[in-house]
Amino acid sequence: MRYYTDEHEWIDVENDVATVGITDYAQGQLGDIVFVELPEVGALIEQGKDAAVVESVKAASDVYAPITGEVTETNAALEEDPSLVNSAPEDGGWFFKMTIADPGELDGLMDEDGYKAFVDSL
Amino acid sequence: MTDHDTEELLEDLPLDALPLDAWHRARGARMVPFAGYEMPIQYEGIVAEHNWTRENAGLFDVSHMGQLLLSGPDLDAAVEAVLPIDLSTLKLGQQRYSLLLDEGGGVLDDLMVSRWPDALYLVVNGATKWDDLGTLREALPDDITINHLDDRALLALQGPKAAEALARHATGEYPLSALTFMKFGKFNLAGHDVTIARAGYTGEDGFEISLPAEAAAEVADLLCAEPEVKPIGLGARDSLRLEAGLPLYGHDMSPETSPIEAGLIFGINKRRRAPSEQGGGGFPGAERIIREINEGTSRKWIGLTIEGRLPAREGAEVFAGAEKVGTVTSGGFSPTLGAPIAMAYVASTHAATGTALEIEVRGKRLAATVSPTPFVPHSYYRGS
Repeated sequence: MRYYTDEHEWIDVENDVATVGITDYAQGQLGDIVFVELPEVGALIEQGKDAAVVESVKAASDVYAPITGEVTETNAALEEDPSLVNSAPEDGGWFFKMTIADPGELDGLMDEDGYKAFVDSL
Repeated sequence: MTDHDTEELLEDLPLDALPLDAWHRARGARMVPFAGYEMPIQYEGIVAEHNWTRENAGLFDVSHMGQLLLSGPDLDAAVEAVLPIDLSTLKLGQQRYSLLLDEGGGVLDDLMVSRWPDALYLVVNGATKWDDLGTLREALPDDITINHLDDRALLALQGPKAAEALARHATGEYPLSALTFMKFGKFNLAGHDVTIARAGYTGEDGFEISLPAEAAAEVADLLCAEPEVKPIGLGARDSLRLEAGLPLYGHDMSPETSPIEAGLIFGINKRRRAPSEQGGGGFPGAERIIREINEGTSRKWIGLTIEGRLPAREGAEVFAGAEKVGTVTSGGFSPTLGAPIAMAYVASTHAATGTALEIEVRGKRLAATVSPTPFVPHSYYRGS
């Protein structure tokens, strides 16, 4: 099941592991991404707080943790090729995987239809 | 996801539309507030637009900039009392870079001055034009007329193929190729009287076209119909000028910096640099400027190349070991070099080319080296 935040992160939940990235809409707004600063594996991140930084040609942008949990893996492919976030934002351009400290936090996020309606309203 | 962006947002002021506002939107531009206007930051993407301009030709709408026409009795003497320019060597059809300075030698604006018949034509920055008008009106005698040409648009066509694309449409008393870098002339484009200067802000060969606002869309369409030409947004304008090592007012210079620190000594024309007893000086801030020319400055504006891929942005602090020695004023990712580059003010003791320094970004130290600028060589047309 995939959930979305109003800050344009997506979070894909499979059993007790969540994968996080930014949406296609987000990468389109940011433009050419040249660097992604990922959290350390083992870092505890808190819902709504800074988790990563995306540097486009134009500016640096914060990416927030969609839920609270511990970072278990980061996407090494982004170090070599940050433009994966542009070309495959909701697939090969994922940022990190994390544990789910409180499954209840997912209830406050949008589903795909909800997020699509949200983007259309922008 | 939130931008911490450094765009010049003018708070609480309504944004004006430029003559090409609808034209940009129809071409899919993303519009952002800049200098009090809604302006196109990008169309298809900053890197694609940047590379297109370096290889072909890009059309930039710079109509936010202020176009001023000064005229009146003893015009040259009046203007030389305000700007550190030597107008005795500025001939009809020539353009020159100059600086508007405050009494302390701080930079109020940088600008272009061109000699027109019986007048001087100035192009000033968009964000500062209203202040400049006030400064000039106060500083110039009452019998000097300042005509703000706010019924004119300004388009820049930049890139190695700009000349061939523009030459297909510009007609006049002489061919476009008669213009070399920093020369201008009157031409006809699509039936409109325009002035074209061979100048720009990308480091490439190119032109700046001043034309009636109502002709802007027609001329923009005409030029963008050429296979070499695409519209380019402010985002690529910034990355192009950074690669070219060209300063951006309000970021790389301000009232807090002197033009000598900024390496803009060429903006102080030779005759004006002499001691006052030899006929030099006589412009705002002259005492400090001439002293700094002779004695040097404690800091300098320099280029930095950065290891890795993480860009350092405006405001990042520069270190030599534990000692803070400077601050980044412009920084970003260079599409041409595929690496981050920055400009910074650093202590003159650490400003020599090749000096190893560090830049702090979000608690991390990035290795950086003082580098010659431009980062990407200029290719101005100085005649065949």
